[in-house]
Amino acid sequence: MEKHVVVIYPHPDDEAFGAAGTIAKFRNEGVPVTYLCGTLGEMGRNMGTPTYANRESLPGIRKKELIKACEVLDIDLEMLGYRDKTIEFEDRKEMAANLKGYLDKIKPSLVITHYPDYAVHPDHNAFGAAAIEAVAQMNPENRPTIWAQAFSNNHLEALGAPDITNDITPFFDKKLEAILAHDSQANVSLNLQRPNEDPAMDAKERAKLRLGVEQFYTWEF
Amino acid sequence: MKPIEIDKVQEMLQEFENKEVYVHLETTNGAYASHINERAYNVGAYIRNAKLSFSKAKIVGNGRSYRVGLKTEIGWVYAEGLSDWVINEDKQLLLAGHDREGRLMVALEISEAPFK
Repeated sequence: MEKHVVVIYPHPDDEAFGAAGTIAKFRNEGVPVTYLCGTLGEMGRNMGTPTYANRESLPGIRKKELIKACEVLDIDLEMLGYRDKTIEFEDRKEMAANLKGYLDKIKPSLVITHYPDYAVHPDHNAFGAAAIEAVAQMNPENRPTIWAQAFSNNHLEALGAPDITNDITPFFDKKLEAILAHDSQANVSLNLQRPNEDPAMDAKERAKLRLGVEQFYTWEF
Repeated sequence: MKPIEIDKVQEMLQEFENKEVYVHLETTNGAYASHINERAYNVGAYIRNAKLSFSKAKIVGNGRSYRVGLKTEIGWVYAEGLSDWVINEDKQLLLAGHDREGRLMVALEISEAPFK
């Protein structure tokens, strides 16, 4: 059993869309989970449905949503204070040192983060790389396992199949509740029809198909 | 935000003329554009807290979509596709354009104090 799990993602809602089922499974087993959230998603495009946020009010709104989602998932939260869309321009080493400070204190057995270069958003790629660098700087005997999440369109051909596949169907309602806590972001993402999807499918079934399995690659040093 | 009322916005823009102001100018189609549709291109640009002064400001449009031009001493600031506006509690003029899903496509904001 894991001792403590640390989730390292840059945006409020990355935890909900990406790993909420896995997180809920760990919490169900009594494993403590801490989310190190890089930014407040200050530059998000989704302004609520119908629109109620603006560029200046969005960070405060997303902060409240993040806190609520972490309450839903029953996990600890640390907000790291970086700015959305700027993570890749920060000094990688400084960021890794900052993350390592948290890891040294929490001493997790497992870290969940984005797979660098295969996680679509530049913030995801850069924050994942910093998280992996933070763990790489630890003594090998103290290093937590890393599960790296890849979902770029080319990730399967580039990396092969992920070695961790969590069917989170038993926790899907919890995951949906965590996603819906991010009210300003949730609806557009859930409802937006993608070109490769059957338009006749109902919204919850589509969400289950998109989000009912969470996959990770165990990082090899 | 609410749909742009051209006379009120014009009046507000003029309030900022010939003062030192801070401008946030942005356009984006999001970080996922080409992930969701491989025929799309990701584009985006923003400048936050550009410190400048403009001598003339004008809003032009057809009732749905508006353009704003700010004439500075040595150049211009321009935004197209603006549809909504608000003056927020910090007395900042926020203008934005949204797509059908309510997602921000363009923003032009002016403030006498730096944006946070």
